[in-house]
Amino acid sequence: MSKMTYREAVRAALRKALHDDPRVFLMGEDVGRYGGAFAVSLGLLGEFGPERIRDTPLSESTFVGAGIGAALGGMRPIVEIMTINFSLLALDQILNNAAALRHMSGGQLRVPMVVRVATGGGRQLAAQHSHSLEGWYAHIPGIKVLTPATVADAYGMLLAALGEPDPVFLFEHATLYSLEGDLAEEAGPCDISRGEVRRPGRDLTLITYGGSLGKALLAAEQLAAAGLEAEVIDLRTLRPLDAQTIVQSVRKTHRAVVIDEAWRTGSFAAEVSAQIMENAFDDLDAPVARVCSEEVPMPYAKHLEDAALPQVDEIVAAARELVPRHG
Amino acid sequence: MSVTTMPERPPVTPEHAVFLLREMLRIRRFEEKAAEMYSLGKIHGFLHLYIGEEATGVGSMQAFTPDDAIVATYREHGHALARGMPARVLMAEMYGKVTGCSHGHGGSMHFFDTNRRFYGGYAIVGGGLPIAIGLALADQMQNRQAITACYFGDGAVAEGEFHESLNLAALWKLPVVFLCENNLYAMGTALERHQAQTDISRKAAVYGLSASAVDGMDVLAVEAATREAAASVRGGKGPYLLELRTYRFRAHSMADPDLYRTKEEIAEWKKRDPIVLFQNRLRESGMLTDEIVARIEAEVGDEIGQAVQFAEESPREPVEDLLKEVGGQNRS
Repeated sequence: MSKMTYREAVRAALRKALHDDPRVFLMGEDVGRYGGAFAVSLGLLGEFGPERIRDTPLSESTFVGAGIGAALGGMRPIVEIMTINFSLLALDQILNNAAALRHMSGGQLRVPMVVRVATGGGRQLAAQHSHSLEGWYAHIPGIKVLTPATVADAYGMLLAALGEPDPVFLFEHATLYSLEGDLAEEAGPCDISRGEVRRPGRDLTLITYGGSLGKALLAAEQLAAAGLEAEVIDLRTLRPLDAQTIVQSVRKTHRAVVIDEAWRTGSFAAEVSAQIMENAFDDLDAPVARVCSEEVPMPYAKHLEDAALPQVDEIVAAARELVPRHG
Repeated sequence: MSVTTMPERPPVTPEHAVFLLREMLRIRRFEEKAAEMYSLGKIHGFLHLYIGEEATGVGSMQAFTPDDAIVATYREHGHALARGMPARVLMAEMYGKVTGCSHGHGGSMHFFDTNRRFYGGYAIVGGGLPIAIGLALADQMQNRQAITACYFGDGAVAEGEFHESLNLAALWKLPVVFLCENNLYAMGTALERHQAQTDISRKAAVYGLSASAVDGMDVLAVEAATREAAASVRGGKGPYLLELRTYRFRAHSMADPDLYRTKEEIAEWKKRDPIVLFQNRLRESGMLTDEIVARIEAEVGDEIGQAVQFAEESPREPVEDLLKEVGGQNRS
């Protein structure tokens, strides 16, 4: 077991992948000489050279498309997109090519490409660097959408993604890069097909992913102090969604709050809520609650950004409202 | 960097000349049959015909080996046939049959054949260029000698991906031949109405690519120009932009009433029908007789007839397989 940051865990996984498989290369804006906008790939250029740690021009659509083409040509590209707002420039390649080619070609083409994207707010970067659009990506059949929330998942999910035959997107919440945690010495690719109960509880279920997991766990602690035992589920993979873990928990607790940093309307939280309705309606003792971002382009000022993002006290309040004796 | 047209007409053997003529006729007759089947309700969706542009696809394809990769557009029947894909799997694809080259998932706009490194028809204008970049990058990184042929139309040069891709290809010295089939219209918008600089080959200069333009109605000139471009790329001189100046005789698609150009303009271009031009030239030089033409037409007619029969008789994909080839599912 060794202690490291989320950033170091991603870097360690990159290093292992680059070391183990000559087909793997990293490509994106400032991944090389700069060391990555979030310093994830710092030092890798010196270790692996400019062929495999490849700085690109600011041409998101073309370097993502090039990742697709390189995957078709037998490589295992890892494409880094600096922030999720920039990924919109590549959305055509992602939706119309990466996700579609296998089916559209009658199964002839496979696109084993991994795309890493920094997501989320909380750093006062305003309305063009702060959103949580991973739920949009989870709408797209043909790709997998992973949202590692822990150091262990930052490492294991990237390695697992590289073993997949189709495109995999990893959304790394930018506030997590400095998170510290443990990584087992023998860690390797992890299971990416299941959500995980991060804290067991019997009174209600808090369902979340990515950058909101820490907030949900803090909320669960506060609730416990007030006598409410919240179960916390980390979805981990948004597509394909492990509905079973959610449903099992709700059958036990009969109440659920979904926490999602995206805007409420059409959010992934809405999908989770619908899954509960479809699969555990009779088990519910209260309507499913959602704690999402306010429907506003992310503001810069700290007090406004805080007000826009889901906060621990909002999660606590939503939870208490679901349980009558605490309401 | 050179921007030139190809003035001289290269010599050609009778066998090769007849082969080129046959290839162009295969495309012409295949598409005429496809249009007929569309009118009969056998083919649906969009159908973009290549008629008039046959010399560009046939001439250029001669410069590429089976190891090279091909990326095409939604107007790709000609490229697919010229690459050697059998007419029957293309017709079956347009019929939506499981025996089609894409199992009926793609239709007219999305032909694929990995065995021939035919990486498909792309229906988002400009969307194939980054794919070509990646294929060439994969070849380069794996020290393969292959090059990538990337076809697109004049409409694509207005897309950001055209400029991004030319830049990246030149920056990384990728082995790509960019082939712009300039038929003068981006759907219904004339070149001079969507480009400030209508000389497309000149756009390569700012990115440091070699470039040239050629008469796309002259199959031999197209072949010679593409061989020169491909040789330059194979020689390690980086990517090359070749503009093939052509014209489509039919509307943009079967759904297009063709209101944006005059009948006179179309008639004027039809005087330069690449098949007629080439036939006349071969007759003048004594390489072609009525018997040869009749034989080719009969053989091509048989191939197309069998393609229709194959498509008609082929089964459809079972609906149970609808989701079978969707990526990103959990493996059990």
